[in-house]
Amino acid sequence: MHRVTDKSPYLSIGNKNFEDIPGVLRRHTAQLQDQVLNGRTSDRRRDPRLHSEGLLEKGGNMNNEVPSIWQSMKAKGYSRREFLFFCGVAVAAAGLKSSGLAQVVDAFEKKPRPPVVWLHFQECTCCSESFIRSSHPIVSDIIFDTLSLDYTETLQAASGFQAEKARDDAMKNNMGKYILLVEGSVPTGENGVYCMIGGKTSEQILKEAAEGAAAIVAWGSCASNGCIQAARPNPTNATPIHKLIDKPVIKVPGCPPIAEVMTAIVTHVLLFEQIPELDSQGRPKEFYSRRVHDTCYRRPFYDAGLFVESWDDDAARQGYCLYKMGCKGPNTYNACSVTKWNSNLSYPIQAGHGCIGCSEAGFWDAGPFYQHLGSFPGFGIESTADTIGTTAAAVAAGGVAVHAAASVIRKRKLVLEQRAEAAASEALYEEREAAAAGKKAEEEEGGEEQ
Amino acid sequence: MTRVVVDPITRIEGHLRIEATIEGGKITDAYSSGTMVRGFEKILKGRDPRDAWAFTERACGVCTTVHALASVRAVEDAIGVSVPRNAELVRNIMFCTQYVHDHVVHFYHLHALDWVDVVSALSADPVETSNIAKSISNWPKSSPKYFADIQTRLKTFVESGQLGIFANGYWGHPAYKLPKEVNLLGVAHYLEALEWQKEIVKIHTIFGGKNPHPNYLVGGIPCSFNLEDVNAINTEKLNLVAKLIKDAQTFVEQVYIPDLMAIAGFYKDWAAIGGGLKNYLVYGDLPTKGYGFPDSYKFPRGAILNRDLSKVYDVNGKDENEIKEYISHSWYKYSVGDKTGLHPWKGETEFNFTGPQPPFEQLQVENKYSWLKTPRWKDNPMEVGPLARLLVGYAKGSEEIKEVVDGALKTLDVPVEALFSTLGRTAARGLETRLTARWLKEFYDELILNLKGGDFSTFTREKWEPETWPTECQGVGLSEAPRGALAHWIRIKDRKIENYQLVVPSTWNASPRDAAGKRSAYEESLLETPVANDEQPLEIIRTIHSFDPCLACAVHVYDPEGKHLHQVTVN
Repeated sequence: MHRVTDKSPYLSIGNKNFEDIPGVLRRHTAQLQDQVLNGRTSDRRRDPRLHSEGLLEKGGNMNNEVPSIWQSMKAKGYSRREFLFFCGVAVAAAGLKSSGLAQVVDAFEKKPRPPVVWLHFQECTCCSESFIRSSHPIVSDIIFDTLSLDYTETLQAASGFQAEKARDDAMKNNMGKYILLVEGSVPTGENGVYCMIGGKTSEQILKEAAEGAAAIVAWGSCASNGCIQAARPNPTNATPIHKLIDKPVIKVPGCPPIAEVMTAIVTHVLLFEQIPELDSQGRPKEFYSRRVHDTCYRRPFYDAGLFVESWDDDAARQGYCLYKMGCKGPNTYNACSVTKWNSNLSYPIQAGHGCIGCSEAGFWDAGPFYQHLGSFPGFGIESTADTIGTTAAAVAAGGVAVHAAASVIRKRKLVLEQRAEAAASEALYEEREAAAAGKKAEEEEGGEEQ
Repeated sequence: MTRVVVDPITRIEGHLRIEATIEGGKITDAYSSGTMVRGFEKILKGRDPRDAWAFTERACGVCTTVHALASVRAVEDAIGVSVPRNAELVRNIMFCTQYVHDHVVHFYHLHALDWVDVVSALSADPVETSNIAKSISNWPKSSPKYFADIQTRLKTFVESGQLGIFANGYWGHPAYKLPKEVNLLGVAHYLEALEWQKEIVKIHTIFGGKNPHPNYLVGGIPCSFNLEDVNAINTEKLNLVAKLIKDAQTFVEQVYIPDLMAIAGFYKDWAAIGGGLKNYLVYGDLPTKGYGFPDSYKFPRGAILNRDLSKVYDVNGKDENEIKEYISHSWYKYSVGDKTGLHPWKGETEFNFTGPQPPFEQLQVENKYSWLKTPRWKDNPMEVGPLARLLVGYAKGSEEIKEVVDGALKTLDVPVEALFSTLGRTAARGLETRLTARWLKEFYDELILNLKGGDFSTFTREKWEPETWPTECQGVGLSEAPRGALAHWIRIKDRKIENYQLVVPSTWNASPRDAAGKRSAYEESLLETPVANDEQPLEIIRTIHSFDPCLACAVHVYDPEGKHLHQVTVN
């Protein structure tokens, strides 16, 4: 960092040269972030300190400030008119009254890029890979114009202590203001030696980073629920991050999460300056309030009792419901069937394979993938679907009228029962969590005795 | 003498630590350590073998799909089923898609900043950059205005004082040799490649439902073809695959390869640095006549010793004298003693962390110092990866491989020995990207021909139900991940996984010393590397990145009760 700025003549302002421009910028970056995160949007140009340090001349010269979203857009060739239109869209999307436009414009004009620290623990980097697939916004716009991605082992130029310094500087200079993104679980077994970075345990690094974070996001199932390394018998005691820190965590489960869901959650925090509303498990309702099954385009086949019975059979070639092939869509909360994957192109069910439930806690241990759900709470699918399924051929032969009748009856029931089903799923989850907690307590007790 | 520790090594997958000693401006010794472990094989025990692909696919999200492929092959080998040609073609298409994506991302986003000085690009003349761009490629985004805009964007970014991923980089280091105009070209294409890479993976989304981690299936592929229905892979989706392939070929031929050749031309000194081991191992992949016929593979199977290209040795995954793993310097213990190597079938594992308690400054390298085991082929340390694949293909007389290799050597005006180096490794990755982009089209054309002939089959049904399997069986799945030779061994008992083992590319390359004290590829390749500034490990990460490290899948645990496998069939 110093190499760059020390030598860079274009950092001098007007005819003046300043010895520590990066330092000045950093200090005011922190100050601006304070304003933004506290919801204050006071005009930075009136800040007397800016003038006293000569950073801004009277009347203000926006070009000398840390670039706001407006400046970033301007630099990329957007007109003022396009910027205002963008603000209008943001206002509408936030559900704000149009009188809120002025504040949004103001905020976007002045906001510096918020500092972000992205940590990597026990993971396979699929979350980072997914993130860079985002089509809206595209990832280069995020990392160069929207955020200041100050630490991420996947992309950053520096290695070793220079990398660690970038992380430590970002945390120190933005104490209480940076966003912490965590990819991977934390192994607590054997004093943490199963994941060490720079000679420190992942647990130590996580706790230090969480301390000063303004918001914490758990990327993917590893950080949210432990994912694969926490599957039976969890050899390293892989632990999701919310169990190790006492701050609220926004969980974005999935193996990996959908790219546009990841970027939307980050931009939600930035655009609307608030944490998205979360469900009882800590997942943003914006993307995790519906089951894959509820919004699946193959749902009408389920309702009509038309199922794939074997891979690549005639039913598969017509895209019938994959429930009997083990699809976990009926108890998986995720946006796959609506937001879809890779620029809204497709999702697992559309490509012929059942959902494996990768955003649900404990999904690796929820039974073989190709065994259909033995029982899932609600309207007794285990009996009805199978009964209807075995007579699918007859139903198909019966023609459209039969389909329609079966469909209508089931749908009527469905409307009433969806809510009960969701509640039951939640109860089941809580039960499982409680059991797991109990088991862990027992083990710890046993360990002490030894 | 200086001891340098580089941890974390960034712009890789996983957690890697390098410790090196430097004397008189050169590296005199090096130690490579994997510092994270998850325990995959323990987790797989007792599961349905048909689920194993999904578990093992999560070994790595960067080289996603490759473990799924090795896994379904291992199970299919064990239960005795071969997949329909359409399924193999789709698997080949997904394989090539993975290579093209992964290699482009590696070159621009994980490796380029070792060669391209971003800060120097700020003072480049955009007109001159435009002239250079036009002289090496027909790629249309080459106007002076285009590069001026990129430069303005970069300036705005740097002037903000928030340097993000560029913070604390080694800018201005004397080992950066590119003219500033070429640096600007590199920055422009860093951004373009970042935007393009999300497109090519859509081929995975079409056939596998998502990327990263698309779906696979034992016995075939999960998707179906139907030219009379919108609810299966139909003409529209096939057209999209064709377009993505065409765009990929254009990007590789007009951006990646010209950039690679242009940049390599300024770093010919790196054709004499970082060679390391002299042995190369390849399992081979991309069957053109079925997985059971390795002679038909686009990437041939074989081993080369002592850089002797006149002789290629056969490789057999089931021969217990060929592949063995050592743990003399790994945090495990063997019942037979830590000096003995064990074939993966006899593999056993017990965690035995003897390193310093964190936080620590240095590893105890004279003892155990990594979570990676140390695999050996006939007790030889072997390099795996793109360079090994091209060398074995070249030595075996593959015309396609010879053509691209000879072409590149001619363009750069360097002898064939230049391949045995950091630069050679980086070049080999680009050259095989050209090949896989071409092969994408070949496999696609064959798929269309099959569909045209009325063959829509994507799945072999006969062995799907576990009741059809023998009570006990075992198999091996061999493949080539972008980073090198990959194999999964499975043993099935009572329809459940009894033992499952992975030996992956970065275990070969990144492992610690073996019982005889012989270094593996990373450690050997760093010897004699010049280091201009002890504080800035640019030269170290240059060579390490040339291997494209991928550590998460390199570290795993073998079944503690792992037993001898008696009858394994290897194709």
